Amino acid sequence: MVRFTRWYLRELTGVNEYDRYLDRHRADPHGPLLSRREYERLRIDRQDADPGSRCC
Amino acid sequence: MLQKSPKSLKSILIWTGVALVGAIAWGVIALSRGEKISAIWLVAAALGSYAIAYRFYSRFIVKRVLGADDTRATPAERLDNGVDFHPTDRRVVLGHHFAAIAGAGPLVGPVLAAQMGYLPGTIWIIVGVIFAGAVQDMVTLFFSMRRNGKSLGQMVRDEIGPVGGAAALIAVFAIMIILLAVLALVVVNALAQSPWGTFSIAMTIPIALFMGLYLRILRPGRVIETSVIGVVLLFLAIVGGGWVQNSSWAEAFTLSPQTLVICLVIYGFFASVLPVWMLLAPRDYLSTFMKIGVIGLLAIGVIIVAPQLQNEAVTDFALTGLGPVFSGSLFPFVFITIACGALSGFHSLIASGTTPKMIQKESQIRLVGYGAMLMESFVAIMALIAASILDPGLYYAMNIPVGVLGTTAESASAAVAGFGFTITPDALREAAAAVEEGSIIARTGGAPTLAVGIADILSAVFGGAAFKAFWYHFAIMFEALFILTTVDAGTRVGRFMLQDTLGNVWKPIGRVSWKPGLWGTSAVVVLAWGYFLYTGVTNPLGGINQLFPLFGIANQLLAAIALTLATTLLIKAGKLKWAWVTGIPLAWDVAVTLTASWQKVFHSDPRIGFFAQRERYADALAEGKVLAPAKSLDDMHAVVVNSTVDGVLAALFALLVVVVIANAALVCFRAIRARAPLPLTEAPYVESRIVAPAGLFPTADERRELAHAGVGRTEDETP
Repeated sequence: MVRFTRWYLRELTGVNEYDRYLDRHRADPHGPLLSRREYERLRIDRQDADPGSRCC
Repeated sequence: MLQKSPKSLKSILIWTGVALVGAIAWGVIALSRGEKISAIWLVAAALGSYAIAYRFYSRFIVKRVLGADDTRATPAERLDNGVDFHPTDRRVVLGHHFAAIAGAGPLVGPVLAAQMGYLPGTIWIIVGVIFAGAVQDMVTLFFSMRRNGKSLGQMVRDEIGPVGGAAALIAVFAIMIILLAVLALVVVNALAQSPWGTFSIAMTIPIALFMGLYLRILRPGRVIETSVIGVVLLFLAIVGGGWVQNSSWAEAFTLSPQTLVICLVIYGFFASVLPVWMLLAPRDYLSTFMKIGVIGLLAIGVIIVAPQLQNEAVTDFALTGLGPVFSGSLFPFVFITIACGALSGFHSLIASGTTPKMIQKESQIRLVGYGAMLMESFVAIMALIAASILDPGLYYAMNIPVGVLGTTAESASAAVAGFGFTITPDALREAAAAVEEGSIIARTGGAPTLAVGIADILSAVFGGAAFKAFWYHFAIMFEALFILTTVDAGTRVGRFMLQDTLGNVWKPIGRVSWKPGLWGTSAVVVLAWGYFLYTGVTNPLGGINQLFPLFGIANQLLAAIALTLATTLLIKAGKLKWAWVTGIPLAWDVAVTLTASWQKVFHSDPRIGFFAQRERYADALAEGKVLAPAKSLDDMHAVVVNSTVDGVLAALFALLVVVVIANAALVCFRAIRARAPLPLTEAPYVESRIVAPAGLFPTADERRELAHAGVGRTEDETP
């Protein structure tokens, strides 16, 4: 249960995304490997162009 | 076969039990007249009905009507790019989707609708979500998923036609402006003259900036850690608000509604032009955590405390239509007012936005689309309970416009008595003192009423009466926090829509990085909702009373567009015999909403019809007379201008939707006449390679499949 909650929160907030990026990059490397800082910047800055609606 | 039968017997017993609990609860609600019932019956009726609807009706729609096919690869699988398209665990998508659809709407609408008693609201929230709201969300999600995650506007243009598409686009933009204005009005009414609330909410800006910098510079990507720090700071801000209220700073944070409007407009502008990482993203994390936390707390509170409902089942206002909180009779206005908790057009924008790009398996739309909307409906039921456990005298003293109540406890008590309810001036002062507010008279908008209800429930579980003021401001903070997040994001989305549209006329405006275009379009959007917000706080007739019906109509009309699209697509695909699934909710929604629009435009009673109201005040103005609740000729002018604008807007919304429906009817007519199904813009079939369960918990078969594929043993499948 604790493990599930931890996994769920990490997935929901996108904490696991960098690990997933590393896996992808390892499997199919194109371009230089981004550091965590660079990757997270790119990820959050993408929202500038597509913030997504929140509802009422 | 033989192996299966004991299990299906167990399942039959369980579902019979669930059905019985739901039926008994409905029976108690229906049969108790004149005596007070416990809120627990509302909870049981809701949960029992949701379970049955989810198990049977949503399954029928997914399997038979839509024909979801788990061998067919979803866009997340086919177009997986690790950015916007990527197959995501169904429970995570459910969390994202719920966080995106749940907001202040289902909390505020039911509070206002409590004017008509708890029964009409309860029935519509439960029946509406099962047959209309959750169906709309799931079906829109499905159609968008089959079209690689196209937006509602694009689908209307591609599948219905350019005229309908253009009308839908204008409708979405106009609806967004009214939505932002009304939500901002709720915040203004909650914070006006309240240094505690204003300080706590103001502190969310530095907290969000700090979280943004922390995530950007110190600990990139560590969202959970950052959010925990943020939530702790948020609690400190609430506690600090109590301290500020009793200090010499109190005056600096005691703001008039007009000043708050200016602050909000300036804030909205900056929030829209600043990069997302500074303000919007961290605020989003905070409000998501608060949202899920508070809703969970409230559910636990309601079940433990099991409070008695003080509200009547059906009040006289439901029949006379002369209620002071909002005017108009039960049909159509209870449906318009509840809006989001039962059927919300805005969800169709989210169901055709990011969510369809994350789904792993087609049949998961049932959990994500239908399931998330059932959760939202449950939030609405709890809001209705929180409003209905309050003493009716207190409820009306908080929700009638100030023009009618006056500003003193004595005048409010007398005015409430005029509507047939009693509350003494001392009781009003005591209620204000209990939550440490200067006054709670005419705190319209729903948020303060809900906060008093939540404070009653939570203080009974945690902390007792001494904590009531804390929980009240906690609830205010929670509502204001996610309304402001919606305002941030909505302004940004509105700005993009405007940039996109104007970019067709003059290229540079369309470029997202061109600063003058960005500032100009942001200013236009902010000033548009700012205008309605300002008229809302200055309107002598009461802003919520005037604008909330407009918001409800707008939201329900957007739902009509989504349901029209869904019905058209079913018919075009040759599924005329199943078209009732979306066609009946569409017919109902159109009947309700166009009746409401018609009454708002043409009704001869000036309390209901905007133009009748205009005429009454314009005539008096021509003779130089001042009609109460207006106090000066300027007030009279304001009423005339506001009624004209609101009336034109109500007519415009209805007209746009009629255009979309007429265009769709033409397409449906052609589709029925044609021998073969008309061409659709669905993406072609590609076989899926992903193995994933469809529902919340994997079935035995799914477990075997997962194990076979070697993905069943990871931590994420062993909760």
